[in-house]
Amino acid sequence: MKNFFATRPGIIGVGTIIGVLAALLQYWGNPGNMGICVACFERDIVGAIGLHRAEVVQYLRPEIIGFVLGSLVASYLFKEFRPRLGSAPVVRFILGIFAMLGALIFLGCPWRALLRLSGGDGNALFGLAGLIAGIWIGTLFLKSGFNLGRSEKTYSSAGWLFPLSMLGLLLLLLFNPQIPGTSKSGVLLYSLKGPGAMHAPLAISLAVGLFVGFIAQRSRFCTMGAFRDLLLFRQMHLVSGVMALVVAAFVTNLMVGQFHPGFSEQPVAHTLGLWNAAGMVLAGLAFTLAGGCPGRQLFLAGEGDGDAAVFVFGMITGAGLAHNFGLASSPQGLGPNGITALVVGLLVCLFIGFTMRQKA
Amino acid sequence: MSTTVDARGLSCPQPVLDTLKQLQRQQRGEVIVLVDTEASKENVIRAAASRKWQTQNIDHQDSGYQILLKKD
Repeated sequence: MKNFFATRPGIIGVGTIIGVLAALLQYWGNPGNMGICVACFERDIVGAIGLHRAEVVQYLRPEIIGFVLGSLVASYLFKEFRPRLGSAPVVRFILGIFAMLGALIFLGCPWRALLRLSGGDGNALFGLAGLIAGIWIGTLFLKSGFNLGRSEKTYSSAGWLFPLSMLGLLLLLLFNPQIPGTSKSGVLLYSLKGPGAMHAPLAISLAVGLFVGFIAQRSRFCTMGAFRDLLLFRQMHLVSGVMALVVAAFVTNLMVGQFHPGFSEQPVAHTLGLWNAAGMVLAGLAFTLAGGCPGRQLFLAGEGDGDAAVFVFGMITGAGLAHNFGLASSPQGLGPNGITALVVGLLVCLFIGFTMRQKA
Repeated sequence: MSTTVDARGLSCPQPVLDTLKQLQRQQRGEVIVLVDTEASKENVIRAAASRKWQTQNIDHQDSGYQILLKKD
Protein backbone atom coordinates (compact mmCIF):
# COMPACT_ATOMS: atom_id res chain seq x y z
CA MET A 1 0.00 0.00 0.00
CA LYS A 2 1.40 3.36 -0.98
CA ASN A 3 1.72 5.95 1.75
CA PHE A 4 -0.12 9.02 0.43
CA PHE A 5 1.36 11.24 3.14
CA ALA A 6 4.87 10.56 1.85
CA THR A 7 4.03 11.94 -1.61
CA ARG A 8 4.53 15.57 -2.63
CA PRO A 9 0.79 16.45 -2.33
CA GLY A 10 0.79 14.55 0.97
CA ILE A 11 3.60 16.53 2.60
CA ILE A 12 2.17 19.82 1.30
CA GLY A 13 -1.22 18.86 2.74
CA VAL A 14 0.35 18.02 6.11
CA GLY A 15 2.29 21.31 6.18
CA THR A 16 -0.91 23.21 5.36
CA ILE A 17 -2.92 21.49 8.09
CA ILE A 18 -0.19 22.06 10.69
CA GLY A 19 0.06 25.73 9.69
CA VAL A 20 -3.68 26.31 10.04
CA LEU A 21 -3.93 24.41 13.34
CA ALA A 22 -0.89 26.17 14.83
CA ALA A 23 -2.33 29.61 14.04
CA LEU A 24 -5.70 28.53 15.43
CA LEU A 25 -4.13 27.18 18.65
CA GLN A 26 -2.83 30.69 19.17
CA TYR A 27 -6.32 32.06 18.45
CA TRP A 28 -7.70 29.60 21.03
CA GLY A 29 -5.29 30.77 23.71
CA ASN A 30 -1.67 29.78 23.13
CA PRO A 31 0.94 32.59 23.33
CA GLY A 32 1.65 34.92 20.40
CA ASN A 33 3.28 33.27 17.37
CA MET A 34 3.55 30.17 19.56
CA GLY A 35 0.67 28.00 18.42
CA ILE A 36 3.21 25.19 18.40
CA CYS A 37 6.78 25.47 19.67
CA VAL A 38 8.39 22.18 20.60
CA ALA A 39 11.30 23.76 22.49
CA CYS A 40 9.14 26.28 24.36
CA PHE A 41 6.51 23.69 25.22
CA GLU A 42 9.05 21.18 26.53
CA ARG A 43 10.54 24.02 28.58
CA ASP A 44 7.06 24.82 29.95
CA ILE A 45 6.61 21.17 30.90
CA VAL A 46 9.97 21.23 32.70
CA GLY A 47 8.68 24.26 34.59
CA ALA A 48 5.35 22.62 35.40
CA ILE A 49 7.09 19.73 37.13
CA GLY A 50 9.38 22.13 38.96
CA LEU A 51 12.72 21.31 37.36
CA HIS A 52 13.17 25.03 36.82
CA ARG A 53 11.47 27.82 38.72
CA ALA A 54 10.94 30.50 36.06
CA GLU A 55 7.40 31.41 37.12
CA VAL A 56 6.25 32.73 33.74
CA VAL A 57 6.90 29.50 31.81
CA GLN A 58 5.22 26.71 33.76
CA TYR A 59 2.48 24.69 32.10
CA LEU A 60 2.29 21.02 31.24
CA ARG A 61 1.64 21.46 27.52
CA PRO A 62 -0.69 18.73 26.20
CA GLU A 63 0.45 19.29 22.61
CA ILE A 64 3.78 17.57 23.29
CA ILE A 65 2.05 14.56 24.86
CA GLY A 66 -0.26 14.44 21.84
CA PHE A 67 2.63 14.53 19.38
CA VAL A 68 4.17 11.40 20.88
CA LEU A 69 0.96 9.45 21.43
CA GLY A 70 -0.43 10.41 18.00
CA SER A 71 2.73 9.10 16.42
CA LEU A 72 2.50 5.91 18.50
CA VAL A 73 -1.06 5.28 17.30
CA ALA A 74 -0.13 5.94 13.65
CA SER A 75 2.92 3.67 13.83
CA TYR A 76 0.84 0.82 15.28
CA LEU A 77 -2.05 1.27 12.83
CA PHE A 78 0.34 1.13 9.89
CA LYS A 79 2.67 -1.50 11.38
CA GLU A 80 5.62 0.88 11.60
CA PHE A 81 6.34 0.64 15.33
CA ARG A 82 10.04 -0.27 15.44
CA PRO A 83 11.55 -0.49 18.93
CA ARG A 84 15.23 0.37 18.47
CA LEU A 85 18.08 2.02 20.34
CA GLY A 86 21.82 2.15 20.76
CA SER A 87 23.03 4.73 18.24
CA ALA A 88 25.33 6.88 20.40
CA PRO A 89 22.69 7.75 23.02
CA VAL A 90 24.99 9.87 25.20
CA VAL A 91 26.00 11.98 22.18
CA ARG A 92 22.33 12.52 21.36
CA PHE A 93 21.64 13.51 24.96
CA ILE A 94 24.35 16.19 24.86
CA LEU A 95 23.14 17.41 21.45
CA GLY A 96 19.63 17.68 22.90
CA ILE A 97 20.88 19.89 25.73
CA PHE A 98 22.61 22.33 23.39
CA ALA A 99 19.80 22.29 20.81
CA MET A 100 17.52 23.52 23.57
CA LEU A 101 19.99 26.18 24.74
CA GLY A 102 20.34 27.52 21.18
CA ALA A 103 16.58 27.58 20.67
CA LEU A 104 16.02 29.40 23.96
CA ILE A 105 18.55 32.09 23.01
CA PHE A 106 16.45 32.77 19.89
CA LEU A 107 13.20 32.06 21.77
CA GLY A 108 11.81 29.30 19.63
CA CYS A 109 12.51 26.05 17.85
CA PRO A 110 12.40 25.85 14.01
CA TRP A 111 8.62 25.34 14.19
CA ARG A 112 8.19 28.60 16.06
CA ALA A 113 10.69 30.40 13.80
CA LEU A 114 8.35 29.58 10.90
CA LEU A 115 5.27 30.60 12.88
CA ARG A 116 6.92 33.84 14.00
CA LEU A 117 7.63 34.65 10.36
CA SER A 118 4.03 33.89 9.37
CA GLY A 119 2.82 36.19 12.14
CA GLY A 120 4.91 39.08 10.82
CA ASP A 121 7.82 38.92 13.31
CA GLY A 122 10.80 40.14 11.25
CA ASN A 123 13.26 38.91 13.87
CA ALA A 124 12.40 35.40 12.72
CA LEU A 125 14.33 36.11 9.50
CA PHE A 126 17.55 36.26 11.54
CA GLY A 127 16.59 33.07 13.35
CA LEU A 128 15.84 31.25 10.11
CA ALA A 129 19.07 32.50 8.51
CA GLY A 130 20.96 31.15 11.54
CA LEU A 131 19.05 27.88 11.40
CA ILE A 132 19.93 27.36 7.75
CA ALA A 133 23.58 28.27 8.44
CA GLY A 134 23.71 25.76 11.31
CA ILE A 135 22.17 23.05 9.15
CA TRP A 136 24.66 23.87 6.37
CA ILE A 137 27.57 23.37 8.77
CA GLY A 138 25.95 20.08 9.78
CA THR A 139 25.75 18.94 6.15
CA LEU A 140 29.51 19.54 5.78
CA PHE A 141 30.06 17.07 8.62
CA LEU A 142 27.60 14.61 7.04
CA LYS A 143 29.45 14.87 3.72
CA SER A 144 32.77 14.21 5.41
CA GLY A 145 31.55 11.00 7.03
CA PHE A 146 29.90 12.08 10.30
CA ASN A 147 27.84 9.15 11.54
CA LEU A 148 26.45 8.24 14.96
CA GLY A 149 26.39 4.54 14.12
CA ARG A 150 23.69 1.91 13.98
CA SER A 151 20.81 1.31 16.32
CA GLU A 152 19.75 -2.22 17.29
CA LYS A 153 16.33 -3.77 17.47
CA THR A 154 15.17 -3.99 21.07
CA TYR A 155 12.25 -5.09 23.26
CA SER A 156 8.86 -3.60 22.39
CA SER A 157 8.60 -2.49 26.00
CA ALA A 158 11.77 -0.41 25.60
CA GLY A 159 10.13 1.39 22.70
CA TRP A 160 7.07 1.92 24.87
CA LEU A 161 8.92 3.62 27.73
CA PHE A 162 8.91 7.10 26.24
CA PRO A 163 5.24 7.07 25.15
CA LEU A 164 4.40 5.69 28.61
CA SER A 165 6.29 8.61 30.19
CA MET A 166 4.06 10.92 28.18
CA LEU A 167 0.99 9.02 29.36
CA GLY A 168 2.27 9.54 32.90
CA LEU A 169 2.51 13.28 32.28
CA LEU A 170 -1.04 13.26 30.94
CA LEU A 171 -2.27 11.55 34.11
CA LEU A 172 -0.40 14.12 36.20
CA LEU A 173 -2.15 16.86 34.25
CA LEU A 174 -5.59 15.31 34.62
CA PHE A 175 -5.21 14.62 38.34
CA ASN A 176 -3.65 18.01 39.13
CA PRO A 177 -5.87 20.34 37.10
CA GLN A 178 -5.33 24.07 36.98
CA ILE A 179 -7.13 26.03 39.69
CA PRO A 180 -7.76 29.59 38.43
CA GLY A 181 -5.68 32.15 40.31
CA THR A 182 -3.46 29.52 41.95
CA SER A 183 0.11 28.71 40.99
CA LYS A 184 0.16 25.19 42.38
CA SER A 185 -2.21 22.27 41.99
CA GLY A 186 -1.04 19.11 43.74
CA VAL A 187 2.45 18.49 42.41
CA LEU A 188 2.17 20.69 39.30
CA LEU A 189 3.12 24.34 38.94
CA TYR A 190 1.04 26.75 36.85
CA SER A 191 2.06 30.20 35.62
CA LEU A 192 -0.22 33.04 36.70
CA LYS A 193 1.23 35.45 34.14
CA GLY A 194 3.49 35.36 31.07
CA PRO A 195 3.43 32.85 28.21
CA GLY A 196 2.96 29.94 30.62
CA ALA A 197 -0.42 31.38 31.62
CA MET A 198 -1.59 31.46 28.01
CA HIS A 199 -2.95 28.24 26.63
CA ALA A 200 -5.77 26.79 24.59
CA PRO A 201 -8.27 24.56 26.46
CA LEU A 202 -6.68 21.25 27.47
CA ALA A 203 -8.95 19.07 25.32
CA ILE A 204 -8.29 21.15 22.21
CA SER A 205 -4.52 21.21 22.75
CA LEU A 206 -4.45 17.46 23.28
CA ALA A 207 -6.67 16.73 20.27
CA VAL A 208 -4.60 18.92 17.95
CA GLY A 209 -1.41 17.37 19.34
CA LEU A 210 -2.67 13.84 18.70
CA PHE A 211 -3.79 14.71 15.18
CA VAL A 212 -0.53 16.47 14.28
CA GLY A 213 1.47 13.59 15.79
CA PHE A 214 -0.48 11.16 13.62
CA ILE A 215 -0.06 12.96 10.29
CA ALA A 216 3.53 13.96 11.02
CA GLN A 217 4.48 10.34 11.69
CA ARG A 218 2.90 9.30 8.40
CA SER A 219 4.51 12.11 6.40
CA ARG A 220 7.95 12.22 8.18
CA PHE A 221 7.46 16.00 8.48
CA CYS A 222 10.74 17.58 9.65
CA THR A 223 11.61 21.28 9.76
CA MET A 224 15.37 20.62 9.90
CA GLY A 225 15.35 17.83 7.30
CA ALA A 226 13.59 20.23 4.94
CA PHE A 227 16.60 22.54 4.68
CA ARG A 228 19.13 19.73 5.08
CA ASP A 229 17.74 17.75 2.14
CA LEU A 230 17.66 20.91 0.05
CA LEU A 231 21.32 21.69 0.84
CA LEU A 232 22.57 18.11 0.75
CA PHE A 233 20.55 16.49 -2.05
CA ARG A 234 18.91 19.48 -3.82
CA GLN A 235 15.63 17.81 -2.85
CA MET A 236 12.46 19.88 -2.43
CA HIS A 237 10.22 17.23 -0.85
CA LEU A 238 10.25 18.17 2.84
CA VAL A 239 10.82 21.87 2.26
CA SER A 240 7.60 22.06 0.23
CA GLY A 241 5.78 20.98 3.40
CA VAL A 242 7.56 23.65 5.42
CA MET A 243 6.68 26.34 2.89
CA ALA A 244 3.05 25.19 2.94
CA LEU A 245 3.09 25.55 6.74
CA VAL A 246 4.30 29.16 6.53
CA VAL A 247 1.76 30.12 3.86
CA ALA A 248 -1.15 28.41 5.62
CA ALA A 249 -0.28 29.95 8.99
CA PHE A 250 0.16 33.37 7.33
CA VAL A 251 -3.27 33.20 5.65
CA THR A 252 -4.93 31.97 8.85
CA ASN A 253 -3.22 34.73 10.86
CA LEU A 254 -4.53 37.32 8.37
CA MET A 255 -8.06 35.93 8.63
CA VAL A 256 -8.21 35.97 12.43
CA GLY A 257 -6.33 39.27 12.84
CA GLN A 258 -3.06 37.85 14.14
CA PHE A 259 -0.71 39.24 11.50
CA HIS A 260 1.34 42.13 12.89
CA PRO A 261 4.37 42.92 10.71
CA GLY A 262 7.40 44.53 12.35
CA PHE A 263 10.47 43.96 14.49
CA SER A 264 9.76 45.58 17.84
CA GLU A 265 7.05 44.65 20.34
CA GLN A 266 6.68 41.16 18.89
CA PRO A 267 5.27 38.56 21.29
CA VAL A 268 7.85 36.53 23.27
CA ALA A 269 10.73 37.84 21.15
CA HIS A 270 13.75 40.13 21.37
CA THR A 271 15.29 42.24 18.62
CA LEU A 272 18.98 41.25 18.91
CA GLY A 273 19.51 40.10 15.32
CA LEU A 274 23.01 38.70 15.78
CA TRP A 275 22.03 36.58 18.78
CA ASN A 276 18.76 35.48 17.19
CA ALA A 277 20.85 34.11 14.33
CA ALA A 278 23.67 32.72 16.48
CA GLY A 279 21.30 30.86 18.80
CA MET A 280 19.73 29.13 15.84
CA VAL A 281 23.13 28.29 14.30
CA LEU A 282 23.74 26.24 17.43
CA ALA A 283 20.25 24.68 17.41
CA GLY A 284 20.38 23.93 13.67
CA LEU A 285 23.79 22.28 13.94
CA ALA A 286 22.71 20.17 16.93
CA PHE A 287 19.48 19.08 15.21
CA THR A 288 21.39 18.15 12.05
CA LEU A 289 23.98 16.08 13.89
CA ALA A 290 21.13 14.34 15.74
CA GLY A 291 19.16 13.74 12.52
CA GLY A 292 15.90 15.56 13.20
CA CYS A 293 14.15 18.72 14.34
CA PRO A 294 12.63 18.67 17.84
CA GLY A 295 9.22 17.73 16.46
CA ARG A 296 10.60 14.87 14.40
CA GLN A 297 12.48 13.58 17.47
CA LEU A 298 9.13 13.38 19.32
CA PHE A 299 7.46 11.54 16.42
CA LEU A 300 10.40 9.12 16.16
CA ALA A 301 10.29 8.53 19.91
CA GLY A 302 6.58 7.76 19.50
CA GLU A 303 7.30 5.04 16.92
CA GLY A 304 9.81 3.31 19.21
CA ASP A 305 13.11 5.10 18.56
CA GLY A 306 14.85 5.13 21.94
CA ASP A 307 17.71 7.29 20.68
CA ALA A 308 15.28 10.04 19.69
CA ALA A 309 13.76 9.71 23.18
CA VAL A 310 17.21 10.26 24.69
CA PHE A 311 17.57 13.41 22.57
CA VAL A 312 14.26 14.67 23.97
CA PHE A 313 15.43 13.97 27.51
CA GLY A 314 18.53 16.00 26.61
CA MET A 315 16.32 18.90 25.51
CA ILE A 316 14.35 18.62 28.75
CA THR A 317 17.59 18.75 30.74
CA GLY A 318 18.73 21.71 28.65
CA ALA A 319 15.53 23.59 29.45
CA GLY A 320 16.11 23.14 33.17
CA LEU A 321 19.72 24.32 32.87
CA ALA A 322 18.71 27.24 30.64
CA HIS A 323 16.47 28.78 33.28
CA ASN A 324 18.42 27.76 36.38
CA PHE A 325 21.69 29.17 35.00
CA GLY A 326 20.33 32.30 33.29
CA LEU A 327 21.07 31.08 29.76
CA ALA A 328 17.65 31.61 28.18
CA SER A 329 16.71 34.90 26.59
CA SER A 330 13.57 36.87 27.39
CA PRO A 331 11.78 39.75 25.64
CA GLN A 332 14.20 42.02 27.58
CA GLY A 333 17.20 40.43 25.84
CA LEU A 334 19.82 37.79 26.47
CA GLY A 335 20.13 35.86 29.71
CA PRO A 336 23.21 36.88 31.77
CA ASN A 337 25.12 33.73 30.78
CA GLY A 338 23.57 33.11 27.37
CA ILE A 339 26.66 33.93 25.33
CA THR A 340 28.86 31.62 27.40
CA ALA A 341 26.41 28.77 26.82
CA LEU A 342 26.34 29.55 23.11
CA VAL A 343 30.12 29.42 22.76
CA VAL A 344 30.40 26.23 24.81
CA GLY A 345 27.57 24.69 22.78
CA LEU A 346 29.19 25.49 19.44
CA LEU A 347 32.53 24.10 20.63
CA VAL A 348 30.90 20.89 21.84
CA CYS A 349 28.98 20.44 18.57
CA LEU A 350 32.15 21.03 16.53
CA PHE A 351 34.01 18.54 18.75
CA ILE A 352 31.29 15.97 18.12
CA GLY A 353 31.19 16.73 14.39
CA PHE A 354 34.94 16.54 13.84
CA THR A 355 35.67 13.48 15.98
CA MET A 356 32.78 11.19 15.03
CA ARG A 357 33.51 10.69 11.36
CA GLN A 358 33.98 7.28 9.81
CA LYS A 359 36.91 6.94 7.49
CA ALA A 360 35.70 5.98 4.02
CA MET B 1 26.33 -9.12 -10.17
CA SER B 2 24.94 -6.42 -7.85
CA THR B 3 26.45 -4.56 -4.91
CA THR B 4 24.75 -4.22 -1.54
CA VAL B 5 24.42 -1.15 0.69
CA ASP B 6 23.54 -2.15 4.24
CA ALA B 7 21.83 0.87 5.82
CA ARG B 8 19.97 -1.05 8.52
CA GLY B 9 19.94 0.73 11.87
CA LEU B 10 21.30 3.95 10.42
CA SER B 11 19.31 7.10 11.09
CA CYS B 12 18.33 9.81 8.65
CA PRO B 13 19.95 10.91 6.29
CA GLN B 14 22.63 8.18 6.39
CA PRO B 15 20.76 5.57 4.30
CA VAL B 16 20.26 8.09 1.49
CA LEU B 17 23.87 9.33 1.68
CA ASP B 18 25.25 5.79 1.52
CA THR B 19 22.92 4.84 -1.32
CA LEU B 20 23.71 7.89 -3.43
CA LYS B 21 27.44 7.33 -2.91
CA GLN B 22 27.12 3.81 -4.31
CA LEU B 23 24.89 4.89 -7.22
CA GLN B 24 27.43 7.56 -8.15
CA ARG B 25 30.32 5.11 -7.93
CA GLN B 26 28.54 2.56 -10.08
CA GLN B 27 26.72 4.79 -12.63
CA ARG B 28 24.59 1.85 -13.87
CA GLY B 29 23.60 -1.73 -13.14
CA GLU B 30 21.98 -3.08 -9.99
CA VAL B 31 22.27 -1.99 -6.37
CA ILE B 32 20.60 -3.67 -3.41
CA VAL B 33 19.85 -1.48 -0.40
CA LEU B 34 18.91 -2.88 3.00
CA VAL B 35 16.94 -0.61 5.35
CA ASP B 36 14.94 -1.23 8.52
CA THR B 37 12.32 1.53 8.58
CA GLU B 38 9.59 2.66 6.21
CA ALA B 39 10.87 6.22 6.29
CA SER B 40 14.31 5.07 5.10
CA LYS B 41 12.69 2.95 2.41
CA GLU B 42 10.69 5.90 1.08
CA ASN B 43 13.70 8.22 1.26
CA VAL B 44 16.01 5.81 -0.58
CA ILE B 45 13.47 5.19 -3.35
CA ARG B 46 12.76 8.91 -3.71
CA ALA B 47 16.46 9.82 -3.85
CA ALA B 48 17.21 7.03 -6.33
CA ALA B 49 14.35 8.12 -8.58
CA SER B 50 15.73 11.67 -8.62
CA ARG B 51 18.97 10.20 -10.02
CA LYS B 52 16.98 8.18 -12.62
CA TRP B 53 17.41 4.84 -10.88
CA GLN B 54 14.35 2.62 -10.95
CA THR B 55 13.08 0.55 -8.06
CA GLN B 56 12.72 -2.95 -9.49
CA ASN B 57 11.63 -4.80 -6.39
CA ILE B 58 10.99 -4.34 -2.66
CA ASP B 59 11.34 -7.47 -0.59
CA HIS B 60 9.87 -7.34 2.91
CA GLN B 61 12.08 -9.24 5.33
CA ASP B 62 12.14 -9.80 9.07
CA SER B 63 14.82 -7.19 9.54
CA GLY B 64 13.24 -4.60 7.23
CA TYR B 65 13.31 -4.15 3.47
CA GLN B 66 15.56 -5.19 0.62
CA ILE B 67 15.29 -2.67 -2.20
CA LEU B 68 16.56 -3.52 -5.68
CA LEU B 69 17.56 -0.44 -7.68
CA LYS B 70 18.41 -0.60 -11.37
CA LYS B 71 19.69 1.68 -14.12
CA ASP B 72 20.51 0.54 -17.66
